[in-house]
Parts: sequence; C-alpha cells; structure tokens
Amino acid sequence: MFEKYNFDRMRRLSADIRIQTIRALAEAGYGHVGGCMSIADVLGALYGGIMRIRPEEPDWPDRDFFVLSKGHCGPALYAALALRGFFPLDELTTLNRGGTSLPSHCDRLKTRGVDVSTGSLGQGISVGEGIAYANSLRGSDAYTYCVIGDGECQEGQVWEAADLAVQLELGHFIVFVDDNKKQLDGSVEAMRGKRHLADIWRAFGWHVQTVEGWDVCSIANGVDCAKAVGDRPSLIILDTCKGLGANFAEKAEFNHYMTITHEMAEAAIAEIEKRLCEGTYPRGDVRW
Amino acid sequence: MVSGSDTRPDSAKDMRTVYFEAVGDEAQHCREIFVIDCDLSHSMGSLGYAARFPKQYLNAGIQEANAVGLAAGLSLRGFIPIVHTFGVFASRRVMDQVYLSCAYAGLNVKIVGADPGVTAEVNGGTHMALEDAGIMRLIPGVTVVEPSDPVMMERVTRLIIHHKGVDYIRMRRKAVKPIYAPGTKFELGKGVVLRDGTDVTIIAAGLMVSEALAAADALALRGFQARVIDMFTLKPLDEALIIDSAGKTGAIVTAENHNVNGCLGSGVAEIVAEHCPVPVERVGVNESFGEVGDLAYLKKRFALTADRLVERCLAAMAAKRP
Repeated sequence: MFEKYNFDRMRRLSADIRIQTIRALAEAGYGHVGGCMSIADVLGALYGGIMRIRPEEPDWPDRDFFVLSKGHCGPALYAALALRGFFPLDELTTLNRGGTSLPSHCDRLKTRGVDVSTGSLGQGISVGEGIAYANSLRGSDAYTYCVIGDGECQEGQVWEAADLAVQLELGHFIVFVDDNKKQLDGSVEAMRGKRHLADIWRAFGWHVQTVEGWDVCSIANGVDCAKAVGDRPSLIILDTCKGLGANFAEKAEFNHYMTITHEMAEAAIAEIEKRLCEGTYPRGDVRW
Repeated sequence: MVSGSDTRPDSAKDMRTVYFEAVGDEAQHCREIFVIDCDLSHSMGSLGYAARFPKQYLNAGIQEANAVGLAAGLSLRGFIPIVHTFGVFASRRVMDQVYLSCAYAGLNVKIVGADPGVTAEVNGGTHMALEDAGIMRLIPGVTVVEPSDPVMMERVTRLIIHHKGVDYIRMRRKAVKPIYAPGTKFELGKGVVLRDGTDVTIIAAGLMVSEALAAADALALRGFQARVIDMFTLKPLDEALIIDSAGKTGAIVTAENHNVNGCLGSGVAEIVAEHCPVPVERVGVNESFGEVGDLAYLKKRFALTADRLVERCLAAMAAKRP
C-alpha cells in the first residue's frame, strides 16, 4: 500500500493547509483555528492522494465526495481546495469578508469544490450517508468521506446516522472522528466524562479503527483497511489534539476560536516549516 | 348550523391513496423518485408503493432528522427524495435539517407532513400540527402547498415532484369529498377562485375550503355575495389575486386549519397591509394547543366552521369604510 501514495507530498500538503489556513485567519484577525489545525493532516491525506477528484471539474459525477460535518473548520478545507487548484490561492485572504465565496462555515453554493453545506453540528454525517446510499443504489464505486468532531458526537443526529448506515451496508462510507479532545467550552472529557468512542461505534456495528491523526501514513493505512471491509461503514478515530501544529494554539487552553495576529501567524508558520524540514510530525515531538 | 362537511363517504376519496397512486405513476417513468418513510408506512399508505418500487423506497425508522439529512444527500446525487411523516415531526422536529441541509444548500427535497391541524383527531395535541406550514413558510425559497381535495391532491403531487426546490405538502390522509371536477388543472402559486362575489372574499386552504363554500351559501341567503378562493399554495402566496380581491370586495376573511399567526392569515394580512388596506379577519386556531377529539368536535372546539366564517365575514363587511 505504501507505494501508491506519495507521503512526502501529503505531508507538504498538510503543512501548507496549516500555513494557508493560519494566514487566512490572521488576515481576518480571528477564527476557528483549533479544529482547523487538528484536521489538516486528514485533509492532506485525502486531498493529497486518497480521494478521486478533478479540481478542474469539481462536479465530476464519479468523484469521491467529502463532507466536513464540523462545518466551522471550513477555512482548512478551503486551503486544501485552493492548494489543489479548485480556485486561486489568493482567494483565501477574502475569508469572511462581505461578499466572499469563503464563509466561516461550508456552503456548497458559494465555494467551488465544497460538496455539502454544513455548520449546524450533527447534520453533515446524515447528508454524507445519503450521498453514500445514492452511490450504492446507482452501483457507483465512489467513496464518501466525512469528518465529524469528537464534541459533535454529543449531537443525537450523529447516532441516528450511525444506526442507519450499518443497516444500509454502506461499505463506501468512511467517517473520521477528529478526536482532538476539546470542544468550545473546554475538554470533551470534562463535558461528558470519560468515553470510549471506539466501543460505542463498534456496538452500532461499524468497523472501527484508531489512527494517529497527525500522521498521513497512519491515516492512509486506516483508509485502506476501511476499504477492505466492504459491507459495513467504517469509522476512523483520528487521535489528534486541538490546535495541532500551530504552536500558539497548542499552548492555549481555549483554542476553539482565537484572535490571531500576523506576528502569531508568522511564528507559527516558521515552526510548521521547521518541523517539516526536520522530519518531525506536525505535533513536533516524534520523527517519522 | 351551516356545515361544510367534506368527509361524506358517498363520493369521498382517501387522500393518501390518491397521493401514492400519483407518486407511483410518476415513479414508473422517473427512476429518481425516492420515497422515505419514518416508521409510518401503515399510516401513510405507502405499503403498496413500497412493494411495487422496492428500489425507490426506504423505511428509515424513527429518525426524522437523519431521514431529512439522508434525503439531502440523495438529492445531491440526482434523486428526488420525498420524506413522509406526521406534520408535527415533518416541521418542528426537523426545521433545522430542512433549513440547512436542504434549503440553504439549494437542494431538491420534498417533505410530506400528514394530518394537518385538527385532522390529527384522537392523536391529540402532541400530534396536532398547527404551526407546520408557518415554520416552513419562514424558510427562504420553500414552497408550501395544502391540497383541499383528491383531484387537487393528485395534480399537485405531480406538480411538486417536477418542481425543483424544497417543497412541503400539508396532507390530509383520510377520505375527503371532491370539490373539483376530474381533470381540473392547477398552477403552483396561483389561488383558485371557486366562487366570485363582490362583498367579501374568503381566502381558505385545505379543510377550510368546504367550510368557506358553505359560508358563501349562507351569506348568499342574507344577500351578500362572497368570493371564495382556495389558496392551496401557502407559499408563495398569490399576491396579485389577494390585491385584486381586496380591491374588488373591500373585505377579506382568511380560513385555515392552522394557527392564525404565521401562515395564511398572517401572509394575507401582510400583503393587504402593504398594498391595499381593507378590513381583514382571520379564522383559525388562535394561540392554542390542540387536543383529542373527533373531527366534528375539534372543528367546533376551535371554531373552524362555516358559522364562524359567516360571523367574521359580517364583521369584516361592517368594518369597511363608507
């Protein structure tokens, strides 16, 4: 499996997603930096080789679909799309300005390459399920990928979707939980107590794996294992931390939504480049 | 007492049967039509359809929010999904899903909310959708219809299936006596003038259309000629017809099996106030929850009757400026 992906390219893309997202947020002056950073590596892996897409033809009917159910992390998705050529990179600096095509939360009618409008937590996974079901009814071999948050798992609709997906035998539906351990008001554990997400999803009948969410290689390996399952939806828990890779956000206790100055951004970007050059994972503690 | 009873068994037709005959007929030619139930297939009358079109049907179970999201996803891949449940669940339980996953996203999703208002009868206040159409009316771009008889049900179902966008059908399930001749044509957004008159206009929808016709009969006996409109498209309202009626009759009474706030009564009053101020009286349920009872009891209990319409028509006419 390792030969089919270019992990250096994925790592570079993940680093660039972080860099471009931080620049765009700094230009706006604020934003949902914590959750954007923790999904940069899964976006780098998906848009850096796993997903079947055509940036020059965003509505290509045979493409794989991507649903960012945690829609407030749109800026990270926009960075991935721009870096892959769906639209010019300089559009990223228009984030959240009046009249922009890049709003805080994902809007399929505004942004080239965004498949699903999201922003009210819990809804994206249902829409992803509908896309995957439609593809299965049509006999399409396309995959539907969806990212939900660990805090988002407190929404009841997530479990309605979890319940039905197994019955529909959606083998081409792969859902990632960004297990970054934090939600807006603090730690997920403080909000909900210690939970074992893997056990809960497994009890619903899903194929469940936990991967290192900061490692594109571990993520790609997880996707390959999920694809081998065939007749069941797959859940891949991304072990991440909120703010992952942006040093100012990693250190902040509350980093869901932060004010970001250009100085903070430049220091964070220098650290991202340094870690990439040194061959360490985005979280900065281990070499690959 | 004046009665607009529209459920006499002699010529009445089951609305859900007519509805699913139309859906099935369309589904034969259009493989994109996809019916979703939420554990109410026996109530909705979809069993025959489900047996005939198993590849265009899913019973999602008791999970309305996910069913609407699933429908949005199906729509994204070119299907025409139709989600069915009771009106209370089809509106207030899934308003956010209809709003964001469907309407905000610009998708093509149909929602059928059954048992509007007092037609929920013995299911009672918990199941009595007295605000469903108002909730849907608040969502930008959503079309809301309430067919008043089986002939209209059949035609409007086909119109909605071929209409692009998020559409809400407020559907009585049980037997309703025909108002229209077979083959009558309807146009979305265009009210039907069932009877013309010069003294007052009754703008009615659904259950209240037959009451409005009975009220017009009673008014005629007193020497007043009432125009009666079946405003089956609750959104977008037929603004031109409302303005024309205000100008020609000088007084308007709305009649709805719904809270008077938020849908037909509000919408007509808004248009009249903005364009052509004349006296407006609104007949419907006013700031109340529903309760159990049979239809006859509930119509009386909430004054959804021809008698009430006659009384409010007289009041509206009396309030006209000399």
